[in-house]
Amino acid sequence: MANKNESLGKTLFVVIALCLVCAIIVAGSAVGLKPLQQKNAALDMQRNVLDAAGLLTPETNVIELFEQRVETRLFNLNTLEEVESVDGKNATDYDPIASAKKAGLGTKLDKADDEAGIGSREDVAKVYFINDAQGELETVVVFVRGYGLWGTMYGFMAVAPDMNTIKGINYYEHTETPGLGGEIQNPNWAASWQGKEIYADGEVALNVTKNVTDQAHDVDALSGATLTSNGVENTMQFWFSDKAYGPLFDKIRKGELN
Amino acid sequence: MASAKEVKEVLFGPIFANNPIALQILGICSALAVTSKMENTLVMCIALTLVTAFSNLFISIIRNHIPSSVRIIVQMTIIASLVIVVDQILRAYAYSIAKELSVFVGLIITNCIVMGRAEAYAMKSTPGLSFLDGIGNGLGYSVVLLTVGFIRELFGSGSLFGYQIMQLASEGGWYQPIGLLVLPPSAFFIIGGFIWVLRTFRTEQVEPKE
Repeated sequence: MANKNESLGKTLFVVIALCLVCAIIVAGSAVGLKPLQQKNAALDMQRNVLDAAGLLTPETNVIELFEQRVETRLFNLNTLEEVESVDGKNATDYDPIASAKKAGLGTKLDKADDEAGIGSREDVAKVYFINDAQGELETVVVFVRGYGLWGTMYGFMAVAPDMNTIKGINYYEHTETPGLGGEIQNPNWAASWQGKEIYADGEVALNVTKNVTDQAHDVDALSGATLTSNGVENTMQFWFSDKAYGPLFDKIRKGELN
Repeated sequence: MASAKEVKEVLFGPIFANNPIALQILGICSALAVTSKMENTLVMCIALTLVTAFSNLFISIIRNHIPSSVRIIVQMTIIASLVIVVDQILRAYAYSIAKELSVFVGLIITNCIVMGRAEAYAMKSTPGLSFLDGIGNGLGYSVVLLTVGFIRELFGSGSLFGYQIMQLASEGGWYQPIGLLVLPPSAFFIIGGFIWVLRTFRTEQVEPKE
Protein backbone atom coordinates (compact mmCIF):
# COMPACT_ATOMS: atom_id res chain seq x y z
CA MET A 1 0.00 0.00 0.00
CA ALA A 2 2.62 2.52 1.07
CA ASN A 3 4.81 1.64 -1.88
CA LYS A 4 2.02 2.00 -4.35
CA ASN A 5 1.23 5.45 -2.94
CA GLU A 6 4.80 6.65 -3.46
CA SER A 7 4.97 5.82 -7.17
CA LEU A 8 5.28 8.72 -9.60
CA GLY A 9 2.08 7.81 -11.38
CA LYS A 10 0.02 7.70 -8.21
CA THR A 11 1.51 10.97 -6.93
CA LEU A 12 0.70 12.78 -10.16
CA PHE A 13 -2.78 11.28 -10.24
CA VAL A 14 -3.61 12.34 -6.67
CA VAL A 15 -2.27 15.85 -7.15
CA ILE A 16 -4.03 16.45 -10.46
CA ALA A 17 -7.33 14.96 -9.32
CA LEU A 18 -7.25 17.02 -6.12
CA CYS A 19 -6.47 20.22 -8.01
CA LEU A 20 -9.36 19.58 -10.40
CA VAL A 21 -11.84 18.97 -7.59
CA CYS A 22 -10.65 21.98 -5.59
CA ALA A 23 -10.67 24.22 -8.68
CA ILE A 24 -14.27 23.25 -9.45
CA ILE A 25 -15.39 23.94 -5.87
CA VAL A 26 -13.60 27.30 -5.67
CA ALA A 27 -14.72 28.44 -9.13
CA GLY A 28 -18.26 27.25 -8.45
CA SER A 29 -18.57 29.20 -5.22
CA ALA A 30 -16.99 32.31 -6.75
CA VAL A 31 -19.28 32.32 -9.79
CA GLY A 32 -22.38 31.28 -7.87
CA LEU A 33 -22.04 33.98 -5.23
CA LYS A 34 -20.92 36.77 -7.56
CA PRO A 35 -24.36 38.41 -8.09
CA LEU A 36 -24.87 38.68 -4.33
CA GLN A 37 -21.38 40.07 -3.81
CA GLN A 38 -21.84 42.69 -6.52
CA LYS A 39 -25.12 43.73 -4.94
CA ASN A 40 -23.31 44.11 -1.62
CA ALA A 41 -20.53 46.15 -3.20
CA ALA A 42 -23.06 48.47 -4.88
CA LEU A 43 -24.93 48.87 -1.59
CA ASP A 44 -21.67 49.69 0.14
CA MET A 45 -20.99 52.43 -2.45
CA GLN A 46 -24.44 53.92 -1.81
CA ARG A 47 -23.77 53.82 1.91
CA ASN A 48 -20.49 55.72 1.34
CA VAL A 49 -22.27 58.41 -0.68
CA LEU A 50 -24.86 58.91 2.07
CA ASP A 51 -22.13 58.92 4.70
CA ALA A 52 -20.24 61.69 2.88
CA ALA A 53 -23.46 63.70 2.74
CA GLY A 54 -23.99 63.17 6.46
CA LEU A 55 -27.22 61.23 6.00
CA LEU A 56 -26.08 57.90 7.33
CA THR A 57 -27.24 56.76 10.76
CA PRO A 58 -27.40 53.17 12.00
CA GLU A 59 -31.16 53.17 11.38
CA THR A 60 -30.93 54.42 7.78
CA ASN A 61 -32.53 52.21 5.16
CA VAL A 62 -29.87 52.82 2.53
CA ILE A 63 -31.74 51.44 -0.47
CA GLU A 64 -34.96 53.32 0.28
CA LEU A 65 -33.28 56.62 1.06
CA PHE A 66 -31.13 56.36 -2.03
CA GLU A 67 -34.14 55.72 -4.25
CA GLN A 68 -36.16 58.59 -2.79
CA ARG A 69 -33.59 61.32 -2.50
CA VAL A 70 -30.59 60.61 -4.71
CA GLU A 71 -30.34 61.24 -8.42
CA THR A 72 -27.31 59.79 -10.19
CA ARG A 73 -26.34 61.72 -13.30
CA LEU A 74 -23.48 61.66 -15.78
CA PHE A 75 -21.70 64.72 -17.18
CA ASN A 76 -19.01 65.02 -19.78
CA LEU A 77 -16.33 67.08 -18.07
CA ASN A 78 -14.96 68.47 -21.35
CA THR A 79 -18.20 69.61 -22.98
CA LEU A 80 -20.23 69.91 -19.74
CA GLU A 81 -23.09 68.13 -21.50
CA GLU A 82 -25.20 65.64 -19.60
CA VAL A 83 -25.03 62.15 -21.09
CA GLU A 84 -27.48 59.29 -20.75
CA SER A 85 -25.02 56.45 -20.85
CA VAL A 86 -21.35 55.71 -21.39
CA ASP A 87 -20.18 52.75 -23.40
CA GLY A 88 -23.61 51.15 -23.00
CA LYS A 89 -23.71 51.62 -19.23
CA ASN A 90 -26.33 53.79 -17.53
CA ALA A 91 -25.65 56.16 -14.66
CA THR A 92 -26.07 53.49 -11.99
CA ASP A 93 -23.71 50.95 -13.52
CA TYR A 94 -21.08 53.34 -14.86
CA ASP A 95 -17.72 53.05 -13.11
CA PRO A 96 -15.72 56.30 -13.55
CA ILE A 97 -12.55 54.93 -11.96
CA ALA A 98 -12.28 51.94 -14.28
CA SER A 99 -13.20 54.13 -17.28
CA ALA A 100 -10.39 56.63 -16.70
CA LYS A 101 -7.81 54.12 -17.92
CA LYS A 102 -9.76 53.00 -21.01
CA ALA A 103 -9.03 54.53 -24.42
CA GLY A 104 -11.88 56.77 -25.55
CA LEU A 105 -13.37 57.02 -22.05
CA GLY A 106 -10.47 58.68 -20.24
CA THR A 107 -7.80 61.28 -20.90
CA LYS A 108 -4.18 60.75 -20.00
CA LEU A 109 -2.82 63.61 -17.89
CA ASP A 110 0.51 65.35 -18.38
CA LYS A 111 2.85 65.18 -15.38
CA ALA A 112 2.50 68.92 -14.80
CA ASP A 113 -1.30 68.74 -14.78
CA ASP A 114 -1.52 65.70 -12.58
CA GLU A 115 -1.23 66.99 -9.00
CA ALA A 116 -3.26 64.10 -7.65
CA GLY A 117 -0.97 61.50 -9.25
CA ILE A 118 -3.77 59.53 -10.84
CA GLY A 119 -2.35 59.15 -14.36
CA SER A 120 -5.56 59.63 -16.26
CA ARG A 121 -8.93 61.23 -15.66
CA GLU A 122 -12.30 59.94 -16.84
CA ASP A 123 -14.12 62.04 -19.48
CA VAL A 124 -17.52 61.47 -17.96
CA ALA A 125 -18.09 62.17 -14.28
CA LYS A 126 -20.67 60.47 -12.11
CA VAL A 127 -22.41 63.00 -9.87
CA TYR A 128 -24.90 62.25 -7.10
CA PHE A 129 -27.55 64.93 -6.52
CA ILE A 130 -29.20 64.54 -3.14
CA ASN A 131 -32.52 66.31 -2.54
CA ASP A 132 -34.03 67.17 0.80
CA ALA A 133 -37.43 65.85 1.83
CA GLN A 134 -39.15 68.66 -0.11
CA GLY A 135 -37.30 67.84 -3.32
CA GLU A 136 -34.93 70.81 -3.22
CA LEU A 137 -31.28 70.19 -4.04
CA GLU A 138 -29.46 69.72 -0.74
CA THR A 139 -26.06 68.18 -1.49
CA VAL A 140 -23.92 67.27 -4.49
CA VAL A 141 -21.58 64.30 -4.03
CA VAL A 142 -18.64 63.62 -6.35
CA PHE A 143 -15.84 61.05 -6.55
CA VAL A 144 -12.30 62.16 -5.73
CA ARG A 145 -9.10 60.19 -5.69
CA GLY A 146 -5.40 60.89 -5.42
CA TYR A 147 -2.07 59.43 -4.45
CA GLY A 148 -1.23 59.47 -0.76
CA LEU A 149 1.91 57.98 0.73
CA TRP A 150 1.54 54.32 -0.33
CA GLY A 151 -1.22 54.27 -2.88
CA THR A 152 -4.29 55.88 -4.32
CA MET A 153 -6.92 57.04 -1.82
CA TYR A 154 -10.53 56.86 -3.04
CA GLY A 155 -13.28 58.94 -1.56
CA PHE A 156 -16.41 61.04 -1.91
CA MET A 157 -16.81 64.76 -1.33
CA ALA A 158 -20.17 66.24 -0.46
CA VAL A 159 -20.68 69.89 -1.40
CA ALA A 160 -23.57 72.24 -0.65
CA PRO A 161 -25.60 73.65 -3.61
CA ASP A 162 -23.51 76.84 -3.55
CA MET A 163 -20.80 74.51 -4.88
CA ASN A 164 -18.34 76.03 -2.47
CA THR A 165 -19.13 74.85 1.06
CA ILE A 166 -18.04 71.34 1.99
CA LYS A 167 -20.64 69.19 3.73
CA GLY A 168 -18.61 66.08 4.24
CA ILE A 169 -15.79 63.81 3.14
CA ASN A 170 -15.62 60.03 3.13
CA TYR A 171 -12.56 58.05 2.12
CA TYR A 172 -13.73 54.52 1.49
CA GLU A 173 -10.59 52.87 0.18
CA HIS A 174 -6.89 53.54 0.78
CA THR A 175 -3.63 51.84 1.66
CA GLU A 176 -2.23 54.43 4.08
CA THR A 177 -0.54 53.40 7.33
CA PRO A 178 -3.14 52.35 9.91
CA GLY A 179 -3.18 54.77 12.83
CA LEU A 180 -1.32 57.52 10.94
CA GLY A 181 -2.41 58.18 7.35
CA GLY A 182 -5.24 55.73 7.88
CA GLU A 183 -6.83 58.36 10.10
CA ILE A 184 -8.28 59.94 6.93
CA GLN A 185 -11.19 57.62 7.73
CA ASN A 186 -11.50 58.97 11.28
CA PRO A 187 -15.00 60.48 11.65
CA ASN A 188 -13.63 63.26 13.88
CA TRP A 189 -11.18 64.37 11.23
CA ALA A 190 -13.83 64.08 8.52
CA ALA A 191 -16.09 66.29 10.66
CA SER A 192 -13.40 68.99 10.71
CA TRP A 193 -14.01 69.46 6.95
CA GLN A 194 -17.61 70.51 7.41
CA GLY A 195 -18.25 74.13 6.53
CA LYS A 196 -14.87 74.69 4.87
CA GLU A 197 -14.95 76.63 1.61
CA ILE A 198 -13.30 75.33 -1.53
CA TYR A 199 -12.81 78.50 -3.55
CA ALA A 200 -11.48 82.00 -2.94
CA ASP A 201 -11.49 84.46 -5.87
CA GLY A 202 -12.24 81.63 -8.29
CA GLU A 203 -9.19 79.61 -7.32
CA VAL A 204 -9.08 76.44 -5.24
CA ALA A 205 -8.01 77.72 -1.82
CA LEU A 206 -8.50 74.58 0.24
CA ASN A 207 -5.41 73.81 2.33
CA VAL A 208 -4.53 70.84 4.48
CA THR A 209 -1.97 72.33 6.82
CA LYS A 210 -0.56 72.04 10.32
CA ASN A 211 -0.88 75.79 10.89
CA VAL A 212 -4.53 76.65 10.49
CA THR A 213 -4.65 80.41 9.88
CA ASP A 214 -7.54 80.85 7.48
CA GLN A 215 -10.53 79.24 9.23
CA ALA A 216 -12.62 79.26 6.06
CA HIS A 217 -10.19 77.32 3.86
CA ASP A 218 -7.63 75.55 6.06
CA VAL A 219 -8.14 72.01 7.33
CA ASP A 220 -5.99 70.75 10.18
CA ALA A 221 -3.55 68.15 8.83
CA LEU A 222 -3.17 64.69 10.36
CA SER A 223 -0.29 64.50 12.81
CA GLY A 224 2.36 61.97 11.85
CA ALA A 225 0.99 61.78 8.32
CA THR A 226 2.42 64.74 6.45
CA LEU A 227 2.68 62.96 3.10
CA THR A 228 -0.85 61.62 3.34
CA SER A 229 -2.11 65.10 4.23
CA ASN A 230 -0.23 66.54 1.25
CA GLY A 231 -1.81 63.86 -0.91
CA VAL A 232 -5.28 64.83 0.31
CA GLU A 233 -4.57 68.50 -0.40
CA ASN A 234 -3.28 67.71 -3.89
CA THR A 235 -6.35 65.57 -4.52
CA MET A 236 -8.63 68.49 -3.70
CA GLN A 237 -6.48 70.96 -5.67
CA PHE A 238 -6.82 68.77 -8.74
CA TRP A 239 -10.44 67.69 -8.61
CA PHE A 240 -11.97 71.09 -7.81
CA SER A 241 -9.81 72.95 -10.36
CA ASP A 242 -10.62 73.63 -14.01
CA LYS A 243 -8.91 70.35 -14.90
CA ALA A 244 -11.77 68.35 -13.40
CA TYR A 245 -14.98 69.49 -11.68
CA GLY A 246 -14.39 73.29 -11.69
CA PRO A 247 -16.39 74.19 -14.82
CA LEU A 248 -19.16 71.74 -13.95
CA PHE A 249 -19.46 73.24 -10.49
CA ASP A 250 -19.74 76.72 -12.07
CA LYS A 251 -22.58 75.48 -14.20
CA ILE A 252 -24.40 73.90 -11.26
CA ARG A 253 -23.88 77.05 -9.17
CA LYS A 254 -25.47 79.23 -11.87
CA GLY A 255 -28.42 76.85 -12.00
CA GLU A 256 -27.82 76.09 -15.66
CA LEU A 257 -28.61 72.40 -15.24
CA ASN A 258 -31.98 70.77 -15.80
CA MET B 1 -17.01 2.43 15.46
CA ALA B 2 -15.54 4.67 18.09
CA SER B 3 -16.82 4.40 21.62
CA ALA B 4 -18.85 7.18 23.22
CA LYS B 5 -15.99 7.95 25.60
CA GLU B 6 -13.55 8.42 22.74
CA VAL B 7 -15.99 10.70 20.91
CA LYS B 8 -16.45 12.79 24.02
CA GLU B 9 -12.73 13.12 24.52
CA VAL B 10 -12.09 14.09 20.90
CA LEU B 11 -14.89 16.65 20.89
CA PHE B 12 -14.51 18.26 24.32
CA GLY B 13 -10.87 17.51 25.18
CA PRO B 14 -9.51 20.51 23.23
CA ILE B 15 -11.72 22.98 25.12
CA PHE B 16 -9.84 22.94 28.43
CA ALA B 17 -7.67 19.83 28.76
CA ASN B 18 -5.78 20.29 25.49
CA ASN B 19 -6.67 23.77 24.32
CA PRO B 20 -4.93 24.67 21.03
CA ILE B 21 -4.28 28.27 22.11
CA ALA B 22 -3.76 27.93 25.86
CA LEU B 23 -1.72 24.72 25.92
CA GLN B 24 -0.24 24.39 22.45
CA ILE B 25 0.02 28.19 21.92
CA LEU B 26 -1.11 27.93 18.30
CA GLY B 27 -3.12 30.44 16.29
CA ILE B 28 -2.19 33.45 18.42
CA CYS B 29 -2.00 35.88 15.48
CA SER B 30 -5.70 35.94 14.68
CA ALA B 31 -6.54 35.86 18.40
CA LEU B 32 -4.89 39.27 18.68
CA ALA B 33 -6.24 40.77 15.52
CA VAL B 34 -9.94 40.04 15.39
CA THR B 35 -11.00 40.16 19.03
CA SER B 36 -11.77 43.86 19.50
CA LYS B 37 -15.46 43.25 18.78
CA MET B 38 -17.59 40.23 19.76
CA GLU B 39 -19.41 40.18 16.42
CA ASN B 40 -16.20 39.87 14.39
CA THR B 41 -14.80 37.39 16.89
CA LEU B 42 -17.84 35.13 16.62
CA VAL B 43 -17.75 35.12 12.81
CA MET B 44 -14.03 34.35 12.86
CA CYS B 45 -14.59 31.46 15.31
CA ILE B 46 -17.33 29.96 13.17
CA ALA B 47 -15.20 30.30 10.05
CA LEU B 48 -12.19 28.67 11.66
CA THR B 49 -14.22 25.85 13.21
CA LEU B 50 -15.83 25.01 9.87
CA VAL B 51 -12.54 25.12 8.00
CA THR B 52 -10.80 22.91 10.58
CA ALA B 53 -13.66 20.41 10.66
CA PHE B 54 -14.07 20.07 6.89
CA SER B 55 -10.36 20.07 6.10
CA ASN B 56 -9.96 17.28 8.69
CA LEU B 57 -12.87 15.41 7.11
CA PHE B 58 -11.65 15.60 3.52
CA ILE B 59 -8.03 14.89 4.39
CA SER B 60 -9.10 11.90 6.46
CA ILE B 61 -11.23 10.53 3.62
CA ILE B 62 -8.31 10.48 1.21
CA ARG B 63 -5.60 9.86 3.83
CA ASN B 64 -4.78 6.38 2.51
CA HIS B 65 -4.14 7.76 -0.96
CA ILE B 66 -1.98 10.76 -0.13
CA PRO B 67 1.66 10.15 -1.12
CA SER B 68 3.80 11.21 1.85
CA SER B 69 6.16 13.18 -0.41
CA VAL B 70 3.44 15.71 -1.28
CA ARG B 71 1.20 15.41 1.77
CA ILE B 72 1.72 18.96 3.08
CA ILE B 73 0.92 20.42 -0.34
CA VAL B 74 -2.21 18.27 -0.56
CA GLN B 75 -3.34 19.45 2.89
CA MET B 76 -2.64 23.06 2.00
CA THR B 77 -4.62 22.81 -1.23
CA ILE B 78 -7.66 21.47 0.59
CA ILE B 79 -7.41 24.04 3.39
CA ALA B 80 -6.85 26.92 0.96
CA SER B 81 -9.86 25.92 -1.15
CA LEU B 82 -12.08 25.77 1.92
CA VAL B 83 -10.87 29.17 3.10
CA ILE B 84 -11.63 30.73 -0.28
CA VAL B 85 -15.13 29.25 -0.19
CA VAL B 86 -15.68 30.63 3.34
CA ASP B 87 -14.37 34.04 2.25
CA GLN B 88 -16.72 34.10 -0.74
CA ILE B 89 -19.69 33.17 1.43
CA LEU B 90 -18.86 35.89 3.95
CA ARG B 91 -18.58 38.49 1.20
CA ALA B 92 -21.96 37.47 -0.14
CA TYR B 93 -23.89 37.24 3.14
CA ALA B 94 -21.99 39.33 5.71
CA TYR B 95 -20.31 42.03 3.64
CA SER B 96 -19.57 44.54 6.41
CA ILE B 97 -18.04 41.90 8.67
CA ALA B 98 -16.06 40.47 5.76
CA LYS B 99 -14.69 43.96 5.13
CA GLU B 100 -13.54 44.32 8.74
CA LEU B 101 -12.05 40.85 8.95
CA SER B 102 -10.40 41.46 5.55
CA VAL B 103 -7.11 39.59 5.40
CA PHE B 104 -7.66 37.57 8.54
CA VAL B 105 -10.14 35.24 6.85
CA GLY B 106 -7.51 34.55 4.21
CA LEU B 107 -4.95 34.02 6.95
CA ILE B 108 -6.92 31.03 8.29
CA ILE B 109 -4.88 29.16 5.66
CA THR B 110 -1.75 29.76 7.72
CA ASN B 111 -3.43 29.18 11.08
CA CYS B 112 -1.33 26.53 12.77
CA ILE B 113 -4.38 24.92 14.34
CA VAL B 114 -5.81 23.89 10.96
CA MET B 115 -2.51 22.56 9.62
CA GLY B 116 -1.62 21.01 12.96
CA ARG B 117 -4.83 19.01 13.25
CA ALA B 118 -4.66 17.91 9.62
CA GLU B 119 -1.11 16.62 9.98
CA ALA B 120 -1.34 15.29 13.54
CA TYR B 121 -4.82 13.81 13.62
CA ALA B 122 -6.66 13.58 10.29
CA MET B 123 -3.78 11.73 8.57
CA LYS B 124 -4.18 8.79 10.97
CA SER B 125 -7.84 8.78 11.99
CA THR B 126 -11.21 7.88 10.53
CA PRO B 127 -13.26 10.61 8.82
CA GLY B 128 -15.98 10.76 11.51
CA LEU B 129 -13.55 11.22 14.39
CA SER B 130 -11.44 13.65 12.38
CA PHE B 131 -14.47 15.81 11.71
CA LEU B 132 -15.31 15.86 15.44
CA ASP B 133 -11.68 16.62 16.26
CA GLY B 134 -11.89 19.64 13.95
CA ILE B 135 -15.08 20.84 15.63
CA GLY B 136 -13.52 20.26 19.07
CA ASN B 137 -10.38 22.23 18.29
CA GLY B 138 -12.49 24.95 16.73
CA LEU B 139 -14.45 25.13 19.98
CA GLY B 140 -11.24 25.29 21.99
CA TYR B 141 -10.09 28.21 19.82
CA SER B 142 -13.52 29.83 20.13
CA VAL B 143 -13.59 29.62 23.94
CA VAL B 144 -10.34 31.58 24.19
CA LEU B 145 -11.27 34.08 21.45
CA LEU B 146 -14.73 34.76 22.80
CA THR B 147 -13.33 35.27 26.30
CA VAL B 148 -10.77 37.72 24.96
CA GLY B 149 -13.37 39.42 22.76
CA PHE B 150 -15.81 39.70 25.67
CA ILE B 151 -13.27 41.39 27.92
CA ARG B 152 -11.91 43.64 25.18
CA GLU B 153 -15.26 44.88 23.90
CA LEU B 154 -16.92 45.24 27.31
CA PHE B 155 -14.07 47.14 28.98
CA GLY B 156 -12.56 48.70 25.86
CA SER B 157 -15.72 50.10 24.27
CA GLY B 158 -18.34 49.51 26.95
CA SER B 159 -20.49 47.42 24.62
CA LEU B 160 -21.23 43.80 23.67
CA PHE B 161 -22.15 42.75 20.12
CA GLY B 162 -22.40 46.48 19.36
CA TYR B 163 -25.03 47.16 22.06
CA GLN B 164 -23.93 49.78 24.56
CA ILE B 165 -23.84 48.21 28.04
CA MET B 166 -21.95 50.91 29.88
CA GLN B 167 -22.49 54.52 28.80
CA LEU B 168 -19.14 56.04 27.80
CA ALA B 169 -17.88 59.17 29.52
CA SER B 170 -17.31 60.77 26.11
CA GLU B 171 -21.02 60.40 25.39
CA GLY B 172 -22.24 61.74 28.71
CA GLY B 173 -22.14 58.47 30.65
CA TRP B 174 -19.98 57.38 33.54
CA TYR B 175 -17.66 54.75 32.08
CA GLN B 176 -14.09 55.71 31.18
CA PRO B 177 -13.02 53.02 28.66
CA ILE B 178 -9.62 51.37 28.93
CA GLY B 179 -7.99 52.48 25.68
CA LEU B 180 -5.35 49.74 25.73
CA LEU B 181 -8.01 47.05 25.31
CA VAL B 182 -8.99 48.39 21.90
CA LEU B 183 -5.46 47.78 20.62
CA PRO B 184 -4.32 44.27 19.57
CA PRO B 185 -1.45 43.89 22.12
CA SER B 186 -3.95 43.84 24.99
CA ALA B 187 -5.01 40.37 23.84
CA PHE B 188 -1.54 39.16 24.88
CA PHE B 189 -2.28 40.09 28.49
CA ILE B 190 -5.73 38.52 28.42
CA ILE B 191 -4.52 35.28 26.83
CA GLY B 192 -1.70 35.20 29.38
CA GLY B 193 -4.23 35.64 32.17
CA PHE B 194 -6.43 32.92 30.65
CA ILE B 195 -3.52 30.48 30.62
CA TRP B 196 -2.61 31.42 34.20
CA VAL B 197 -6.15 30.75 35.46
CA LEU B 198 -6.40 27.52 33.45
CA ARG B 199 -3.12 26.18 34.80
CA THR B 200 -4.06 27.08 38.36
CA PHE B 201 -6.94 24.63 38.12
CA ARG B 202 -5.23 22.09 35.88
CA THR B 203 -1.79 21.81 37.37
CA GLU B 204 -0.83 18.95 35.00
CA GLN B 205 -0.52 21.57 32.24
CA VAL B 206 2.28 23.38 34.05
CA GLU B 207 5.60 22.69 32.35
CA PRO B 208 8.26 21.06 34.57
CA LYS B 209 11.11 23.34 35.64
CA GLU B 210 14.21 22.88 33.55
